[in-house]
Amino acid sequence: MPSPRYWREVPSRLRLEAARCSSCGKVNYPPRPICPGCRGEKSEPTTLSKTAKIITSTVIHIAPDDFLFEAPYAIAIVETPEGARFMSQVVDCDPSSIGPGTDVSLEFRLIRKEARSGILCYGFKAVPTASWEG
Amino acid sequence: MAGIVGYGAFIPRKRITAEEIARQWGKDPETIRKGLLLKEKSVPGIDEDTITISVEAGGDAITRAGIDPLKIGAVYIGSESHPYAVKPSGTVLIDALGIGPDVHVADFEFACKAGSEAMFVSLGLVESGRVEYAMGIGADTSQGAPDDALEFSASAGGAAFIFGKENLLADVLETYSFTSDTPDFWRREGEFYPRHGGRFTGEPAYFKHVLSATRAILDKTGLKPSDFRYAVFHMPNGKFPQQAGKKLGFTQKQMETGWIVPTMGNTYSGSSPTGLAAILDVAEPDDLILMTSFGSGAGSDSFVFKATELLPKRQPLGRTVRSMLDGPKHYVTYGQYAKLRDKIIVNE
Repeated sequence: MPSPRYWREVPSRLRLEAARCSSCGKVNYPPRPICPGCRGEKSEPTTLSKTAKIITSTVIHIAPDDFLFEAPYAIAIVETPEGARFMSQVVDCDPSSIGPGTDVSLEFRLIRKEARSGILCYGFKAVPTASWEG
Repeated sequence: MAGIVGYGAFIPRKRITAEEIARQWGKDPETIRKGLLLKEKSVPGIDEDTITISVEAGGDAITRAGIDPLKIGAVYIGSESHPYAVKPSGTVLIDALGIGPDVHVADFEFACKAGSEAMFVSLGLVESGRVEYAMGIGADTSQGAPDDALEFSASAGGAAFIFGKENLLADVLETYSFTSDTPDFWRREGEFYPRHGGRFTGEPAYFKHVLSATRAILDKTGLKPSDFRYAVFHMPNGKFPQQAGKKLGFTQKQMETGWIVPTMGNTYSGSSPTGLAAILDVAEPDDLILMTSFGSGAGSDSFVFKATELLPKRQPLGRTVRSMLDGPKHYVTYGQYAKLRDKIIVNE
């Protein structure tokens, strides 16, 4: 990811800043100038909770180069209590043990490194509330 | 009076046992367990580093403080494993935690005492009235060379402390620093692993500085070891802090709560600060707490804290050190550990 793009996304990636549509109340993450639910153009800033529930998930066995050392790993669409849905890696768990309905917390993690000398991109990943037992 | 208004800690969930490392190098695990008093250590995930640990710990510190993060006027992260050689760790943290941009930020380095250094400077800025609140953090994903004694201890974790003048969780009654040029442990620019002087890291380095700083702060405050409920010393292994504490007149009972190294390992800049966080998790009003850090090179910072009436009310607002040490964890093999710690080279 080029540095300027990462920089532009800091509020949503690092602080989970979202927008609540003033017309229909839908929470859009990341914020959008026009609500995809009702086409409303006015919104209020809001911050997502650091808890969520998995809606659906899959396990990646053949990973892109940047994630070579992480395979197999789980990717999920999660939903926060505010109703925002987004895709997140699910870590600190057995990837095969998670599925729809799994409660997760959102923890600050390194998302990817731009090769060996590029910038480091941070954000949130999902961790099952009941991660590895014992 | 200034003191701690909020604190938090974070320890990754992955672990490797001393047996697993010993088996890799054909060493006797019993020698490590009994000689260094180390059972296992935390291992950072491939996506965990000093910045992520600091953000998690700092977030809990803000929650326990119950303050507007915009009021924090200074943030210092002490570490010897800052992810960037050039670019601050602290800038990521302030943007992640909603601090700033009207804030002074710097990364500190002083081997294993960079964390207490950050705490010391934060306290000074608050006492002087320069800033209303300041955050000092000690965190590391410590490096240890393969087949080196350090590999049994070098681990990952850290703690964050917010200093202020009102609604204190612990008063800072006194500080004392003792420093000299002692080349017991170092890492040159561009080197991947630190080097050390073996036994030279003991008497002329760790013990000289830890004992001198602690004795000086006891003299300065007029306090005796028996006046303290808790004491924590830097924990390069299990044995050194126990020996230092006993020489100074502290009992096992006073040191037990903060002595988390047997199952956490040495989190370098995060070592004694995380031990302090473990003590703050359970301390009661009016308890006196001693912390003495040690950083190779070499120096020690001593602090005397006194817990306040507010501390028990704020303890449940964040994760406890003990819950992270004893909670869900996953043991890795040496091969997985080598992968997680970037000890395996692959094609680009």
